[in-house]
Amino acid sequence: MLGKLTLDAFKHGPIVTVGQISMVLGALSVVGLLFYLKRWKWLWREWITTVDPKKIGVMYIVVALVMLLRSLSDAAMMRAQQAISVGSNHGFLSSDHFQQVFTAHGTMMIFFVAMGLMFGLINLIVPLQIGARDVAFPFLNATSFWLYAMGAVLLNLSLMVGEIGATGWLAYPPLSELAYSPGVGVDYWIWSIQIAGIGSLLSGVNFLVTILKLRRAGMTLMKMPMFVWSVLGSMVLVVVAFPILTATLAMLALDRSLGMHFFTANAGGNPMMYINLIWAWGHPEVYILILPAFGIFSEVVATFSKKRLFGYAYMVWAIIAIVFLSFVVWLHHFFTMGAGANVNAFFGIMTMVIAVPTGIKVFNWIFTMYRGRVQFTTPMLWFLSFVLTFTIGGVAGVLMAVPAIDFQVHNSLFLVAHFHNMIIGGVVFGYFAGLTYWFPKIFGFKLNERFGRYAFWCWSVGFLLAFIPLYILGMMGATRRLDHYDASLGWQGLFIVAGVGVMVILAGVGFQVLQLIVSIMQRDKNRDKTGDPWDGRTLEWSTASPVPVYNFATLDPVTERDVFWSQKQQKQAAKIQYEDIHIPRNTPIGFLIAVSALLFGFAVIWEIVWLNVVAVLCIIGLVMYRTLDDNTEYVLTAQEVKALETKGAKA
Amino acid sequence: MKTPPAQLDKTTFGFWLYLMTDCVLFASLFATFAVLRANTAGGPSGKDIFDLPFVLTETVLLLTSSFTSGMALLAARAKVHKQVFFWLSATFLLGAAFLFMEMREFTHIVSEGHGWRMSAFLSSFFTLVGTHGAHIAVGLIWMFVMMFRFSASKISANDLRRLTLFTMFWHFLDIVWIFIFTIVYMFGALS
Repeated sequence: MLGKLTLDAFKHGPIVTVGQISMVLGALSVVGLLFYLKRWKWLWREWITTVDPKKIGVMYIVVALVMLLRSLSDAAMMRAQQAISVGSNHGFLSSDHFQQVFTAHGTMMIFFVAMGLMFGLINLIVPLQIGARDVAFPFLNATSFWLYAMGAVLLNLSLMVGEIGATGWLAYPPLSELAYSPGVGVDYWIWSIQIAGIGSLLSGVNFLVTILKLRRAGMTLMKMPMFVWSVLGSMVLVVVAFPILTATLAMLALDRSLGMHFFTANAGGNPMMYINLIWAWGHPEVYILILPAFGIFSEVVATFSKKRLFGYAYMVWAIIAIVFLSFVVWLHHFFTMGAGANVNAFFGIMTMVIAVPTGIKVFNWIFTMYRGRVQFTTPMLWFLSFVLTFTIGGVAGVLMAVPAIDFQVHNSLFLVAHFHNMIIGGVVFGYFAGLTYWFPKIFGFKLNERFGRYAFWCWSVGFLLAFIPLYILGMMGATRRLDHYDASLGWQGLFIVAGVGVMVILAGVGFQVLQLIVSIMQRDKNRDKTGDPWDGRTLEWSTASPVPVYNFATLDPVTERDVFWSQKQQKQAAKIQYEDIHIPRNTPIGFLIAVSALLFGFAVIWEIVWLNVVAVLCIIGLVMYRTLDDNTEYVLTAQEVKALETKGAKA
Repeated sequence: MKTPPAQLDKTTFGFWLYLMTDCVLFASLFATFAVLRANTAGGPSGKDIFDLPFVLTETVLLLTSSFTSGMALLAARAKVHKQVFFWLSATFLLGAAFLFMEMREFTHIVSEGHGWRMSAFLSSFFTLVGTHGAHIAVGLIWMFVMMFRFSASKISANDLRRLTLFTMFWHFLDIVWIFIFTIVYMFGALS
């Protein structure tokens, strides 16, 4: 009846139990609050069934931030373990548990924090920046979000029921095969990522069509804001790279569930095939995450320097170059495979080449600041810190692009330090800058600057403290996934410094939480009444904050780059002519499809056959129901739009 | 409700993009098959289990169904109601026959003791060909639903859009099958 699921799946050690209790308490308090405030209907009508990208974007960001908190506590646990687990002291985590924490941290940070923040910001800003009223496929967009959210639920479920794989964030076979990982941990990993990944793939298609087909009249490709360009590049990568992930995960799942031999160590399986495939997705994934961050910095730097972005065309070509090159560097993740000198040389050189367009971008941002009237707001501070950390990480990356050097530092903490430099210093700082920059557009009031500054300093200093020691440790031979080491190695001091760094970062996160609370309490003081709090340049600032459901009441053609800026310079009052606007109706189908997918994943993990069948039938039925529904839109008449607009202007 | 041209345009383009992602998915499976096809681990190779005339019959069925689906679309564009139903039914029957033959082939191979658990070659063979078969099954369900629509009411713009997307999907599966026929079966049986 319940497959492999027995009571044993609920029994865990004390540390996991603490995690479980805090998770249950968190969930209970949310449920209690909803009952207390009588907000269940509100939750269903305004959020769960919504197809509005602005609300979906907010939900992405909420899920991503919750996952960030959980994943940060994983990081803190690992660093604490490494700081004390020396010689005769074996720390507080068992080896197996340490490896599970390691897997959970990496998986969550990439798939659910970074991807969530990225798709959140894309949902919020891209339709506004291209002057559109919606995305191309609003229902598909809601489905994508819920698939992502249910993937996150499934991954968190592994903490409650069963375990997560002790195989690292990419679950290399043959370790991740049934023979060496007989538990359900790897299955949880596979299915939570598979479900979220399919959501990302559908989002990629959706935003590609949105950007290419829904731009405001007159906005040619070379007039698009740089953030839109960067998202376009990123979405092309999603569409080409994510199917590889889907196929690869499916094959690993077939190995584990049906006893196939794709990547096993026996019967002709080839584990290196998995590693090639996963990095053929994985390397583009790095650029999927970083390109939108580059786009955010382009907007932030131009706005706060009060200048046009320097070298727009070069920026565009740099993005296009990165999109192509990111598909010919994947082998640098495993130079040690033994592919031979010529193959390694090719991928090494390509890896060095891809640093060139990235370097061009950094110089363009600095030239944008040059002779500008620079305002050092929090988004700008994140940018400056990014330049420092990203350059350090970039130099380390080019170092490792030399195969001979990579052989020395492969799988060491040097590598760990390098990619955290890129992902925290690049991606995360970029998204923090974006969140601060666009927060007033989304919620109608600015974030508190003082606490933002505190958070920035803690993150920047903490980051350097936490990761510079890892470069040195890596050089000294410390490998990743190390839960214990000998005292004679003399590594403990550096590990303690790294642990202190993590604590400083946690203080930064504390300031961010405080910043949010204080900003909400003082929202009337910091309200954005004009819709243009930063004196912005692009179209999202031309409509009210928070943005009305139809985004723009009128769709005036775009005549040039930074069109809003030049409109402000000319101070021309356009004659407003309102029109009827078609708006998609809310629907719970996307949510229900994702719930069915969650049940499907759970059923495969625990081998509950009947639930599998039910879930598949549900998905087929729901899709059929939706595709045959012709009544998916309603109309907001011109009079209603006018009433909403004039009411907004008075308030 | 009438579908404006811009709507049709973006839906077709979006579906086209989806097909390209599916193409990358198949490319990954093809690449894996190419790497693993020689790894028979003491089990049979393609030469031992493939029955080329049988597979050729399957191929002819599928290619013909692609033709009939195209005829269905032409009939729908010309608003000849009855013909759409006829051509769609023909496509459905041909597709179902193809899928039936493929399942016969699979059960035959498995019943001879050459299941997917035996070797990496057989794993990748069953997965690649089976994934195509699963797509065909989805197409059959899709057709089944559309046949009801075309028999019940007159052809709306939305129905025409669905049929357009379906024929794109069906032709795409045809192209994938040609690659499967060539790379998996012909190279397999000849080498």
